[in-house]
This record gives sequence, C-alpha cells and structure tokens, in this order.
Amino acid sequence: MHKGKGMKFVGDSRISSERKSNIPKDYSEYPGRTEAFWPNFLLKEWLAGSVFLVGFLSMTLAHPAPLEKMADPTAAGYIPLPDWYFLFLYELLKYDFASGPYILFGIIIIPGLAFGGLLLAPFLDNGPGRRPHQRPIAVGMMLLALTSTIWLTYKSASHVDWEQRADANKPVPPSEEVQIDKESEGYALYENNCMSCHGEDMGGTAGPALIGIDYSADEIATIAKEGIGSMPPGQFSGSDEELQKLADFIVSVNEQ
Amino acid sequence: MLQKIYDWIDERIDITPIWRDIADHEVPEHVNPAHHFSAFVYCFGGLTFFVVVIQILSGMFLTMYYVPDIENAWRSVYYLQTEVAHGQIVRGMHHWGASVVIVMLLLHTLRVFFQGAYKKPRELNWIVGVLLFFTILGLGFTGYLLPWDNKAYFATEVGLNIAQDVPIIGDEIKTLLSGDEEIVGAQTLARFFAIHVFFLPAGLFALLGVHFILIRRQGISGPL
Ligand code: HEM
Repeated sequence: MHKGKGMKFVGDSRISSERKSNIPKDYSEYPGRTEAFWPNFLLKEWLAGSVFLVGFLSMTLAHPAPLEKMADPTAAGYIPLPDWYFLFLYELLKYDFASGPYILFGIIIIPGLAFGGLLLAPFLDNGPGRRPHQRPIAVGMMLLALTSTIWLTYKSASHVDWEQRADANKPVPPSEEVQIDKESEGYALYENNCMSCHGEDMGGTAGPALIGIDYSADEIATIAKEGIGSMPPGQFSGSDEELQKLADFIVSVNEQ
Repeated sequence: MLQKIYDWIDERIDITPIWRDIADHEVPEHVNPAHHFSAFVYCFGGLTFFVVVIQILSGMFLTMYYVPDIENAWRSVYYLQTEVAHGQIVRGMHHWGASVVIVMLLLHTLRVFFQGAYKKPRELNWIVGVLLFFTILGLGFTGYLLPWDNKAYFATEVGLNIAQDVPIIGDEIKTLLSGDEEIVGAQTLARFFAIHVFFLPAGLFALLGVHFILIRRQGISGPL
C-alpha cells in the first residue's frame, strides 16, 4: 500500500491515480524450479483439466443416468439400496453387534469414532514428523478404516444382482400409464363418435384429451349430446343405451 | 480497444490488485507434475473443485426443468431424460459427477492424510476439509431422493429411519428432514429439494471460501 504525503487520487475517490505496473512477480529467486501460477502453470492445468473433462463426458455419454419406475410407496418387497458411497454404513448395520439392541453401536458409536477421529486427526496425531513411518498409529488406523470401508462396500455390492434390479425397475413412460382396452364395446363407440377429434389414445387432437378429466358419466353423456365450449352439439349418434356405455367407458379409463 | 476498456475501469475502481492477488503465487517444484510425475497427487484437490463446478453448472440447468412435487418430479426427470435436447447429457453429468466428486474427495483426503499435511499449522484447514466432506455427503443423500423413483424413495425411507434411531433427538431430526413424523411424501421432497439446492450449497460455498483462503495464506505444505 502506498501511503503518505503527495498522493494523488482519481477525482474525490480514494483510488490512487498512480498507475501500478501489471507485471507478474519474478519467482526465479525461489528454491527449486518454482513457477508462476499465472499464467505458466494455469496453462498446463487447463490442459490437464480438458483431458479430465473429455474422459468424464465420454463416460457420461456411454452410460446414461439410470431412472427407475416412479416412486410407489405401496410397492411391497422393493429392496432399498442407497447410492454406493453409503453402502458401507448400510452393510455395517446388518451385523449383529451393530443392529437390534446394539443399534447405537452401528449408528452412533462406530461411525462417531471413525468420523470423529478423522475430524480430530491433527490433534490426535500431533507429533512433528510428517512421514508415514514416523506416525505408525495414525497411519495404521487409517489403513484399518480404509480396508473396512472397502470391504463393507464390496460385501454389500456383491449381494446385489444389478442387472436384474435394473430390468425389474425399468421406467414406465407416462403415456402408457393408462391402459385403454381397444377391444371393448365402449371403445368401439368412442371410435365411431369421438375419436376423430379426441384422438386414438384419448390424448386429444382437435379436441382436448379425455384422460385426466373429472366428469361423471351423466355429465359426459350430456356433453356428447349437447356439446360444450367449441365442441358442437349432436356429436353422438346412437341409442341411449350405447350413450350410457360410452360414458361409462370414458369414466372407467379416467378411474385408472 | 479491450486494453482501453480495462484501463478505463481500472482507473476508476482499481481492479488490478484484486485479481493479481488471486493470480500471483508461486507453484513450487515439488507439487508440479511437469517436474515430478508423482506430484499428480496434488491435483486431487483441484480436480475435486473442478467437479464441484460441473455439479453447480449442471445442477443449475437441471432446475430449469425439474419440478419438486411428488406428482411431477419423476415425470419432469423422465421428460428431461427422453425429450429435452441434451437433457440426458446434463442429467448424466450431474449423476456421475456426484460419484466422481466423492472419489476425488477421498483421494484428496488420503493425499493430505498420508503426507501428514494436516499437521501444524494446517489443523484448521483439515477441519474445514472434513466439514466439506460431510457437506458433500449431505448433498449426495438429499439429491438421491429428487428423481422420486423407487430407489430414491425407499433408500430415503431407510435413511430417515436410521436418523430416527438416534437417541433423544432422533424423532426431531427425522421430522425436521421429512416434514412429518410418519410420512415420507410431498413435504419430504420439498425439504430435500430446499436442502439440496439452497442450504447445503450455501454451506459449501462458505467452506470452500475458507478452505481456499487458508491455502493461500499458509501456502502448500513443503516436500516430505
Ligand atoms: C469440496 C471439497 C474440497 C476441495 C474442492 C478442496 C480443494 C483443495 C485444494 C485445491 C487444495 C490445494 C492442494 C491440493 O490440490 O491438493 C487443498 C488443500 C488442502 N485440503 Fe482440500 N479440498 C476439499 C476437501 C478437503 C477435505 C475433505 C480435506 C480433509 C479431510 C481437505 C484438507 C485439505 C488440507 C489440510 C489442505 C492443505 C494441504 C497442504 O497444504 O498440503 N480438503 N484442498
């Protein structure tokens, strides 16, 4: 910071009107082959980052993100599974000493000791030596925790038949969610009287969709005869009995 | 022209020192993979940050389509995945990035641990780092529910039941997260969305800021 008498400012601001040079510092006096971060090292970092990004994008393209069926809380028998990085905790809770009456071991004491130890590592391992062989206890504990985590993850994952899971839980496209029985009498009537405007799958064309509507059978019958909004009257031709069947059919599709 | 614009702005608000502060620092030989290949272990922290940036950007684009309510969440994800141009790629980046960030974080933590780089004077930054780890795990847990498919729903139910087993405050934790003592439903999705998109990223940014400021203040640890 430049301070003292004789300073000049830009206008009435506090910004010095003296121009500072915009030349990077010189690191040649530093020990070893020290480099400037900007711009020298950043250019290399940028290259490494691009290689990483290309690899990452290739992986993403080769394996689209999975999506299962829409959640159905009543789906009994669905076996829950967390994402892979929580599998070790999930597996831990299957052991007798970490579940049932000993659940507190599984959810508080063991993870608490492990993560608490990790959090406080600098204070537990507070000797001056940095090399691994100078701190055998800390390194030993870490290796133990690491192997148990990998082992638990592996055990948990090897129980799972991933392909079978993926096959059994393929997503159902929303358009196929309602089933329309096209062999039924009701559909035959629909086909003759309504389909030209409301579409083959009742999804609507000139007229709106007839799926997801909230009318009673009587109201639908009235609309078919008398029209509604821009739908002209007299669209339905047939007996009253047929009209009733048609209306019931449309309601039944909407009840699914 | 650009130089003139820069000078015009710099004369008024003196921006040079601000960015030079960030740009000017030395990269010592022992962390530079160009000189010692084994120094690639020092890249893991930077790569973690890179993936975090990917997560933030892809996540921002996902929220342009995602609808956080139980009727439409799954549908919006399905639509994004099947209909929207490049939707599959953006969702794929966010999905796989969530795993890659954990891997990178683990490698970074192991580098710092086995080098004993957390020793005096870097104890505080290690603690900030472990808090970052917890934040990222929290983001993973809350994000897993958002597609609202079966695996999301049932895994979250299990997770919330585990939280409930915590002594004394278990019920409170569960109710806080799921919005109801019993039901995992509309409230739960809304809360997980808020936590995933607002609360945890806010904490993440704050912690990342502290992490990076400390690294710049203290410099990288010396060679072993
Ligand atoms: C989002 C997560 C994180 C990001 C983006 C991040 C980023 C970084 C970066 C870029 C460095 C510079 C050195 C290097 O790249 O290796 C660094 C150093 C460091 N990180 Fe992290 N880190 C994260 C999480 C963690 C975690 C989980 C820990 C420990 C549990 C940790 C502890 C440290 C320590 C102690 C240093 C200083 C090491 C030294 O001076 O040698 N960080 N971090």
